Amino acid sequence: MIDKARRKLIARLGAAILFGLGSAPALDALLGRAVRASTPKGPGNGGIRRGMVINLAKCTEGCTKCLEACHTEHNVPAFDNPKDEIKWIWKDGYHNVFPGQAHALAPQSIQGRDIPTLCNHCENPPCVRVCPTKATFKRPDGIVAMDFHRCIGCRFCMAGCPYGSRSFNWRDPRPFIKTVNKHYPTREKGVVEKCSFCASRVDRGLGPACVEACVSGALVFGNLNDPSSEIRRVMADNLTMQRKPELGTNPSVYYIFQGGDV
Amino acid sequence: MHDKKIVLPGLALFLALATLPFWAPSGNAGTPPESVVKPGTESCVEPVEVMRARHMQLLNEWRDSAVRDLNREYVSSTGKKFNISLTNTCLDCHSNKSEFCDRCHDYAGARPRCWGCHITPEDHQ
Ligand code: HEC
Ligand code: HEC
Ligand code: HEC
Repeated sequence: MIDKARRKLIARLGAAILFGLGSAPALDALLGRAVRASTPKGPGNGGIRRGMVINLAKCTEGCTKCLEACHTEHNVPAFDNPKDEIKWIWKDGYHNVFPGQAHALAPQSIQGRDIPTLCNHCENPPCVRVCPTKATFKRPDGIVAMDFHRCIGCRFCMAGCPYGSRSFNWRDPRPFIKTVNKHYPTREKGVVEKCSFCASRVDRGLGPACVEACVSGALVFGNLNDPSSEIRRVMADNLTMQRKPELGTNPSVYYIFQGGDV
Repeated sequence: MHDKKIVLPGLALFLALATLPFWAPSGNAGTPPESVVKPGTESCVEPVEVMRARHMQLLNEWRDSAVRDLNREYVSSTGKKFNISLTNTCLDCHSNKSEFCDRCHDYAGARPRCWGCHITPEDHQ
């Protein structure tokens, strides 16, 4: 026969389990209710989802106008040591930008060229999930933004980003900024930074600096949720590709390889 | 108690010395520095008394409004509109940061950490 003390303990354990099952998350799981992840699904949450198309058929090889415009606009420093490099928009080879999709039999013109790349402003941004201070967050228009005042420099976001779009300030950037634009603050040692999709310009009704600087019309910026927008027209006429689509981040930056009539 | 003659005066002396800063009439808080504003500007974003007491809170509101709430315009209590920018609005009128912000902060012992990132007119020179 079970002694009284053991019976009591078993009864208490049973009660504790029932109590646990009654808790909100457990009920949700039992009743099959959807549990909302920390990043709400759906494009932006405000009807707008800002995105970009990079049309490589129009992008001129060797041109760096978009890079320069971005770096001037946001006071991005130019370090001599590549280990210190701060990246907002930069260029990299086909095999690095599209690993998994790139192959050796692709046209030589593609394999040999540099491809502009930047933060993808993902619909499901891993950097937002891992940020412990909510310094990185998704705006209602889909832009993955940074609040530098909250960044503690932990660099979880750099580990989380599958595209290498984030850079850490190992050194004071100020002495390495060529021309200072007083309309955008610099950063300081100890914070992470990345492309902002020109949030500060967009909020004032302007387009991104890189798009404005591109003379060949290779960069198109717009609202991916608006079927009548220029960006959607371009995407309806051309096959577009995202970077590392298999990860489920759903980038808002799309690439065109062979141009149609745009 | 042994050595009462030594211990008691010793205690009294210790108490007197330990509480010296509270009762000794020394030191002087000084007068707050005069504020320096660009000539020709009459009023601040909000009334001067409000600014003096609450400018740090206002700056926090400005920061959150611009960075997190997508709103870069501030409407003051009198209905005037201001572009939200520490560098281009506050420091446009208060263009002499070291004589205005810094001098008062030195006086008050406040050390805002903003200028490693936010550009001041002094940075251009
Ligand atoms: C690590 C760098 C950094 C530090 C330190 C910093 N800021 Fe900022 N701040 C920024 C950046 C970058 C922006 C974003 C500008 C934008 O989106 O236009 C910004 C935006 C702001 C804005 C709104 C727009 C503007 O340009 O003024 C305010 C107000 C502001 N910060 C206040 C402060 C105050 C007050 C402090 C000090 C207590 C501070 N910041 C410290 C980087 C910094
Ligand atoms: C349009 C010009 C203008 C702008 C913009 C402006 N100020 Fe002022 N500010 C003034 C004037 C004028 C005074 C009053 C000085 C006086 O009466 O001694 C003042 C007073 C102040 C005071 C009180 C000074 C004292 O001696 O008690 C503070 C603090 C202050 N401003 C901070 C700020 C901050 C922070 C901002 C940005 C959010 C700002 N101001 C924007 C013009 C301006
Ligand atoms: C009349 C004196 C005075 C002037 C002028 C003044 N401040 Fe201040 N400020 C203070 C005091 C006092 C504090 C500290 C309040 C506290 O610690 O609670 C403070 C605090 C701050 C803080 C918050 C500091 C922190 O650590 O959180 C910021 C930001 C700030 N001031 C910005 C400015 C700027 C920018 C200007 C110039 C445009 C300015 N102040 C001019 C008196 C002044």
